Amino acid sequence: MQLTRTVKLVSAALLALGAHAAQANKADNSLNIAFDAAPATLDAYKESDRPGLALARMVFSGLLQKNQDTGEFGPAIATGYKFVDDTTIELPIRRDVKFHDGSVLTIDDVLYTLNLVSSEGFKARFQNQVAWIAKAEKVGDDTVRITMKTPYPLALEMLSENLPIYPRKYYEANQSDMGAKPIGTGPYRLAESQPGSRYVYERFDDYFGNKPAVKKLVVRVLPDANTQYAELLSGGLDWIWRVPPDVAKRMEKTPSVTVKSSSIMRISYISLNPRADDGKSPLAKQEVRQAINYAIDREAIRKALVGGASKVINAACNPAQFGCAADVQTYKFDPARAKQLLAEAGYPNGITLDLVISAPPRSILDAAAAQMAQAGIKLNLVEQQYGTAMTNWREGKIALLSSNWGSYGIADAALSTSNFFRGGPDDQARNPEVIKYLEAADTSVDRELRAKNYAAAQKIVAEQAYWVPLWNHSLNAVQAKDLNFSVDGDEFPRFYKATWN
Amino acid sequence: MIAFLFRRLVVSALLVVFVSLISFSLVFASGNPAARLAGEGSAADAARLSQQHGFGDPILVQYGRWLTGVVRGDFGDSLYFSRPVAELLGQHFPATAKLGLAAMLFALLLAIPLGVLAGLKKGSLADRATMMLSACAQAMPPFCLAFLLIIVFSVRNQWLPASGFDTWKHYVMPVVALGLFAMPAMLRLMKSEMETVLTTDYIRTARAMGLGGASVVLKYALRNALRPLVSLAAAQMGTLLAGSVVIETVFAINGAGLLAWTSILRGDFPTMQALILIFALIYIALTLLADLINGWLDPRVRAAT
Repeated sequence: MQLTRTVKLVSAALLALGAHAAQANKADNSLNIAFDAAPATLDAYKESDRPGLALARMVFSGLLQKNQDTGEFGPAIATGYKFVDDTTIELPIRRDVKFHDGSVLTIDDVLYTLNLVSSEGFKARFQNQVAWIAKAEKVGDDTVRITMKTPYPLALEMLSENLPIYPRKYYEANQSDMGAKPIGTGPYRLAESQPGSRYVYERFDDYFGNKPAVKKLVVRVLPDANTQYAELLSGGLDWIWRVPPDVAKRMEKTPSVTVKSSSIMRISYISLNPRADDGKSPLAKQEVRQAINYAIDREAIRKALVGGASKVINAACNPAQFGCAADVQTYKFDPARAKQLLAEAGYPNGITLDLVISAPPRSILDAAAAQMAQAGIKLNLVEQQYGTAMTNWREGKIALLSSNWGSYGIADAALSTSNFFRGGPDDQARNPEVIKYLEAADTSVDRELRAKNYAAAQKIVAEQAYWVPLWNHSLNAVQAKDLNFSVDGDEFPRFYKATWN
Repeated sequence: MIAFLFRRLVVSALLVVFVSLISFSLVFASGNPAARLAGEGSAADAARLSQQHGFGDPILVQYGRWLTGVVRGDFGDSLYFSRPVAELLGQHFPATAKLGLAAMLFALLLAIPLGVLAGLKKGSLADRATMMLSACAQAMPPFCLAFLLIIVFSVRNQWLPASGFDTWKHYVMPVVALGLFAMPAMLRLMKSEMETVLTTDYIRTARAMGLGGASVVLKYALRNALRPLVSLAAAQMGTLLAGSVVIETVFAINGAGLLAWTSILRGDFPTMQALILIFALIYIALTLLADLINGWLDPRVRAAT
């Protein structure tokens, strides 16, 4: 707590002194970027964190490309796609795609990559990215046929950027090289790197798609936020992200930089465990869970502490996701109604619960706790590391858990509602009806049917109040004034879209 | 001397085993690392990682497995970077060693002359100013001083780079911030030793025999006063290693301190365990070395231990 206060004071001092104009590198057309963590690896199939995945996406391309504004799937390495049936998709491959080592991409590279990464022995970091593929085979000279294990509605999502194509020869020779010296077909190639601290990317002149406007990306790992602010204000950086709302607000007043706030897929929530304490917890009662929902003034907290482009959400998903229903039961802040519900449930004198925070900032939960106290719900806030909290939640040891979820940046409720309520380890509600609806939605390619089933499931989740849906996140990036760039809704910065004003 | 050396080595070896056991148990006390390792992955991803890395095995089995590897020089693979920990250590320690040695040199260059001055001119303005500097340096946490330096020298004046570790300019602020952190204890010891030595019979005798002030101070007093500083400098070197975690994070120096910070944040157990062990080994080795030097310089030390 003391440390946080000191850091805030220091940031305030840094910002107050940041009168110097940032010297953006428009002149040599290079973009200086900072991440707060070193990428574990640049091998897209072995990485699990955003910085590494974002960097990998500059180097690799997938078979398709999703338009982030319209949600449509367009060509990339494949010129298009055609569904043969619910479990078969065919994609013709371009002949003019080159890897960064100069070799030409062949259909063999595509087959090799898809079959390898979907095999069990490969141990891809995210299984939902690859596990749906039964096999990939050649049809004709240039067409790949992918057979799915079962109908998989997210196939196109995965084929767009989530399944980069690797050069067979290079990857076969030594897989571990891909983590440090990646070879792909993407818009940028890794020109030099000091692993863990500095990565330099250069525009790939033989890239098959639209060439990026920025020629060089210099990515540095600066773990301390204040160092990032100092570098940005002294002109050493052109772009930083994940800037906390209070700092972003102050940065808005600095003339040399611009704050860009993007609405992203990540959502915050409080999960309520009806089975806590072997079902003896007050949370076992629907009235108590509803009372908790009524006792939090989400809009007030969002406005004061989250800000930016965030919006309150009502269902267990992000409204930007396909299948996220709008017409579910909502709970407007009403402490009197919360008290009444508690009394109806047999707790006229209120209740006391432990709430585990696995993703800061704590200030949000402090505010929520103060509001809930008005309704007679006393919260003991317990901070746990993400890994510990998730393990404890999955083992049923936690009554209330506050965390956030990015859905892998994919705009489909299969990766939000279903992750939490389809009977998997994260599902402590285990409502059979909800599970049935979600199973139907996740295993169909019929969009109408899927939407209907997700809506039915989300309706029950809201009525039963298994969750307190909070808001979707707003991602703040601070950048040089003359840089024209913003992070896409899936939380990926695509630097090849950046231009100078 | 041989018995003294043997005793010291046995104690050090026991300490190393003890530290490794404690560090291993503590690291595992914080829960199953698979969920953290899965990052944004689902519960299924975490379960698969847990099985892949054997996190479900009893801690003693895991410790045994780890210790057998360590004896062979194999610290396992980093869970986060998926590379051998030994390779990571080799990559990150040079920067920390350079930073630590430069900071120690800076600290000694301040502590010795200022300590001598304060000891010689007890109660003077110089003495009070020196003690004030020591108190300020002691009271200021290294990360605060680091940010203060960044504000003045990078943001306001853009004289020095705020991060990185390439040119001499990059060294200035981290070395000053870390060096000032280690300096006060050595300065005060130097001062008090100087004061004590100057009141001893042999110094009085030397003066009575007509030896000049500077000669007495440099040839006799300083030499004797420096002896306890050897032990303290060794201990402070360990403090500098700990301080490097903060300083390397602030200045984005890709050393062992930053690696330690990253592994803590990422729940990278094998890297953390190796770093704790290596930091402890260095600390123990430096203390041992200081004891040996003191033992060699002063036979009374050998007899007493």
